Amino acid sequence: MTSLTDPPKESFRLGMLIYDTRYRSLTIQVVALIGFMIFAAWLINNTLYNLAEQGKNVAFGFLSDPAGYDINQRLLDYNSQSTHWRAAFIGLLNTLLVACMGCITATIIGVFVGVLRLSNNWLIARLMTVYVELFRNVPVLLWIVFTMAIMIETLPAPSDFRGENPEASMVLFDTVAITNRGVYIPEALFSNGLGDLPILPDRENPSCQPGEDGTLGDDCGVFQISLDLLLIVVVFGASLFASGLIRKRADRIQNETGDRPNTWYLRVGVVLLPTIAVLAVLGFHLGYPELKGFNFQGGTHLRNSLIALWLALSLYTAAFIAEIVRAGIMAISKGQTEAAAALGLRPNRIMNLVILPQALRVIIPPLISNYLNLTKNSSLAIAVGYMDITGTLGGITMNQTGRELECVLMLMLVYLAISLSISAVMNWYNERVKLVER
Amino acid sequence: MKKTVFVGVLALAGMSASVAAAGLLDEVKTRGKLNCGVATGVPGFAAPDANGEWQGFDVAVCRAVAAAVLDDPTAVEFVPTTGKTRFTALASGEIDMLARNTTWTFSRDVDLKFDFVGVNYYDGQGFLVRKDLGVSSAKELDGATICIQTGTTTELNLADFFRINNMSYEPVPIETNAEGQQQYLAGACDSYTTDASGLAATRATFEDAANHVILPEIISKEPLGPLVRHGDNEWADVVRWTLNALIAAEELGVTSANVAELASAPGNNPEINRLLGTEGTLGEMLGLPADWAVKALSVAGNYGEIFEKNIGETTPIGLARGLNAQWTSGGLLYAPPFR
Repeated sequence: MTSLTDPPKESFRLGMLIYDTRYRSLTIQVVALIGFMIFAAWLINNTLYNLAEQGKNVAFGFLSDPAGYDINQRLLDYNSQSTHWRAAFIGLLNTLLVACMGCITATIIGVFVGVLRLSNNWLIARLMTVYVELFRNVPVLLWIVFTMAIMIETLPAPSDFRGENPEASMVLFDTVAITNRGVYIPEALFSNGLGDLPILPDRENPSCQPGEDGTLGDDCGVFQISLDLLLIVVVFGASLFASGLIRKRADRIQNETGDRPNTWYLRVGVVLLPTIAVLAVLGFHLGYPELKGFNFQGGTHLRNSLIALWLALSLYTAAFIAEIVRAGIMAISKGQTEAAAALGLRPNRIMNLVILPQALRVIIPPLISNYLNLTKNSSLAIAVGYMDITGTLGGITMNQTGRELECVLMLMLVYLAISLSISAVMNWYNERVKLVER
Repeated sequence: MKKTVFVGVLALAGMSASVAAAGLLDEVKTRGKLNCGVATGVPGFAAPDANGEWQGFDVAVCRAVAAAVLDDPTAVEFVPTTGKTRFTALASGEIDMLARNTTWTFSRDVDLKFDFVGVNYYDGQGFLVRKDLGVSSAKELDGATICIQTGTTTELNLADFFRINNMSYEPVPIETNAEGQQQYLAGACDSYTTDASGLAATRATFEDAANHVILPEIISKEPLGPLVRHGDNEWADVVRWTLNALIAAEELGVTSANVAELASAPGNNPEINRLLGTEGTLGEMLGLPADWAVKALSVAGNYGEIFEKNIGETTPIGLARGLNAQWTSGGLLYAPPFR
């Protein structure tokens, strides 16, 4: 009879860290980590040493000083006496604005082009190929500068709109002025507006004392939210929610009886009527741009720097997205299309109900990195004088205060935060649309 | 070792180590070349000519320093800098001196750690507009769209001017003079603002220069001058006194035509003798040969000659001496005595 004996226990020897494959990879990692930390410490130490040598210190106090410069596109109240903090924040909002607008347009164009590139129509498919190859093979900076140059050189100046026989005139029933300084579109105004809600108001601030008409000054609070806008958003959101309930009910009935009740008029009514009612109560009307003095006054001014940056970034990124969409669609086997067609679905519905939902799982991950690219590319804004955060914090503030290290560090942190947020949101979305496989 | 590696790493952040404490004067002599930061292209002040040779009023200062130190006015590496990159270039040691219409301000001198060695052009900020705009004063620019170079003092002056006068404006930030010119000519901005000298230089390049005017208001003081890094006083002295030599030479009547003759033997004006090194040891004190000023003056003559040749009234730029005349003729140029 044989008995099982435990294998002899080897005592641990130092040499095993290198020669024993069980430990070797761990050893290498630890050594590499220590090396990396020493390198980082050396880098930081070096920075501080050399800054001290130059007589400079790392301090962020300058951010509370008045900025002293003006910014043309401000989403919040700002003037040249505001702090560098606020200038940076205004720049950040401008970055986010162009990034959001760019991502949305790029996605729409990209999906269209991607689908059309697979079209059976020879001409359309070739045209889309030309578009994709043209845009993704030329640096985006050139597209930005090119778009801006076209806008500046070909569009009429505001002074051309003046006089008896003006060289240029407003379009769309005299409501939109397209000039080489940007596009002026009608703005939403409310005759019975509710005023603004100051966020974090400082009671000591004189502008927070209600004036004769009961309104607060523009400087009150860190920023102000338009109550009109807030109300409209809340009502519209509630309407959408109600519309969602109607849809769920229709789904339930369909599941139970097989017949889907016709609800589109109910849903349209639920979404539109309350919002229209609110707009009517608030006295909604449009303010049209008018040529006064040097420029058009009134209306919303979309500066040509914003338009050029937005268009160029969208068209450039859309070319990449189109390829991603095409790849996603082609990843779905032809059998799916044929099966759907056998069930009697029309090509449109096959695309919307069968192909695209499955393609999304291939499309979303590379789409994330294209959104990130677009956002980071928006830092080329200075080429056309768009005041994004690179232009304010990383441009004028850095240059006027000479605090390069601080400004660049902050700038890097901001872009890091934006990019990680986009990734987080898109990953969450990816989790939702991912196919649940059995 | 510590420093050399560091330069590469921190250059990313727009910073870098200070240059070794061994004098920059010796370094320039050993290198045999002066690295001089200039503008990216302002006609009359610093711009390459048809042959690619840098020419201009600021360029002349670089050449004079190169001649005084290296005995060769062509031994200059011109580094074009924008309003944004100029200070980083100087602080990092990429250039030895900056002669790029840069305004002498407190914070640049004290906080940014530079030494302004003097003023070679007393300027002020002005506005350029089209004649057909019908504007005769900067106070009438309420609501106008104004092109402005970012990262300059003019940007802050503009904000102050409109704030003080309770007017509004739409700033269009641009990166270089060329971009500003393009936007202004296309009518994307009503007015272009920068130093009045720069405006005159820019206007000179327009095809229809007569249709543009510079408004009478000068809204700021802009003393423009060459600058060097803080902390190397010997080098600062060399640049400072080369500039002073150009200015003093005009006052003393030393020109490119007569400098060789005056320097050949001591004359009866002791100050000229000291300036030209035929008497005393001023050159030695600077660490330069005795005839350093002769070499500097032989390049393009004295301050007045440089002015007339590059930006004076006979040139397309057509600037009057104005504040930049010698103190003896009612201007502000006043070189300290050479003794």
